[in-house]
Amino acid sequence: MRIVVDFDLCESNAVCMGIAPEIFEVRDDDFLYVLNENPPESMRAKMEESVQRCPKQAISIAED
Amino acid sequence: MTPTTVIVGASLAGINAARTLRLQGQLGPIVVVDADPERPYDRPPLSKQILTGEWEPEKILLPAGKEDLNLDFRLGTRAKALDLASRQIILEGPTGALETSSFDSLVIASGASARRLPDTAGIAGVHVVRTLADSLALRAELDAGPFRVVVIGAGFIGAEVASSCRKRGLDVTLVEALPLPLERILGAEMGQVCAQVHIENGVDLRLDTGVLQIETSSVDGVERVRAVVLSDGTVVEAEVVVVGIGVTVNTQWLEGSGIALDDGVMCDNTLLAAPDVVAAGDIARYPSARFGRTLRVEHWETAIAGGEAAARRLLAEASGETPAVFDPVPWFWSDQYDRKIQLAGRPMPTDECRIVHGTTAEFRFVALYGDGDRLTGVLGMNRPRHVVQLRALFDEGVSFSEACERAAAL
Repeated sequence: MRIVVDFDLCESNAVCMGIAPEIFEVRDDDFLYVLNENPPESMRAKMEESVQRCPKQAISIAED
Repeated sequence: MTPTTVIVGASLAGINAARTLRLQGQLGPIVVVDADPERPYDRPPLSKQILTGEWEPEKILLPAGKEDLNLDFRLGTRAKALDLASRQIILEGPTGALETSSFDSLVIASGASARRLPDTAGIAGVHVVRTLADSLALRAELDAGPFRVVVIGAGFIGAEVASSCRKRGLDVTLVEALPLPLERILGAEMGQVCAQVHIENGVDLRLDTGVLQIETSSVDGVERVRAVVLSDGTVVEAEVVVVGIGVTVNTQWLEGSGIALDDGVMCDNTLLAAPDVVAAGDIARYPSARFGRTLRVEHWETAIAGGEAAARRLLAEASGETPAVFDPVPWFWSDQYDRKIQLAGRPMPTDECRIVHGTTAEFRFVALYGDGDRLTGVLGMNRPRHVVQLRALFDEGVSFSEACERAAAL
């Protein structure tokens, strides 16, 4: 799976970072950085939770 | 016979309860009822991107409402009464026709309604912001470029509406009955900071001020707002008034049903309100061991988590599993002007408030709240990273003093 963030929508609430800090990081510049765009399959539940809990619906999972 | 679930409320809590039931394998009918005729939508943008005109309504449809979950939506339909003994609910459809619907399990997620000022019903130009229809009606009036908007109530909705109006270049008077905005939620020190944010952004802020009367005039036979009379005798002329003075829970249909009500539906610590009946979202009041009192949380994230937890509670009942305790750390955000305010936890206004990062002067800081040595809140202004990292300390059971040390090291 590949993590896709729509940065036009993202407003750095950092909810995803709370769920999966290994993948999502909001830095002191207040921008979100995706640390690993291809997380292992073992992280799927956390990635789906991140998609659901994003207040801006800015995260999606692509299967490719 | 496969069991039928009725969910009253198609907003965030209700739709997430429906989605969880389906994804966890419930095969029977799921009936989702809501008085609002619109497809399920997200509310936070109603006071922001919808009001400013940046977004169109299509953009705020909830993803779960668009998924193929085989839900039986009854939109524009109001729950009127509940008969617990016979497990029936009386619904009033869009045409006013009454219908009785039977259920095996029930999710109460009928939410809350915006409070209105007395004696203002039917006055043109007086608005609340709770539904998409509310937001679009207000937006249409803002499009016309009123010379002044008076916002009554400087809570989160009032603050965001004031911010959206300023973004549109409109003059705004913001009236708050308390000495400081958000004082009951954030305490006096942070309330002072929030007041300053409004002033810096050109809002005419009137604190410690009530509203005596809405003055109207008749325009083409329509009674329309002309001015707002404040408790200090000042008359503020305005073409548009927005009332943001909180909400009342939609529990009318539950009165006399046997469901315990006390400013919300009284649940146990698993969101169970009665056998096979759960509640979630703005309407659910549950005992929080974490904060030592019952809570009724109106936050976006709690609505999702509560909807999911309520669905799992019903499934646990059916399967005999031990139900999970619902006691998350409340968290919300509010976007005002170019500031993002985030609060994790549930401080009391009298709790100690300590700034651990940044300064209030630059409007970019983190403050922690403590009751004795118990951490009760993490507040951030334009500090999302710190808030999310410090929020985790609640689950680690870290003391207030240790939390302050850990925060300083971040």
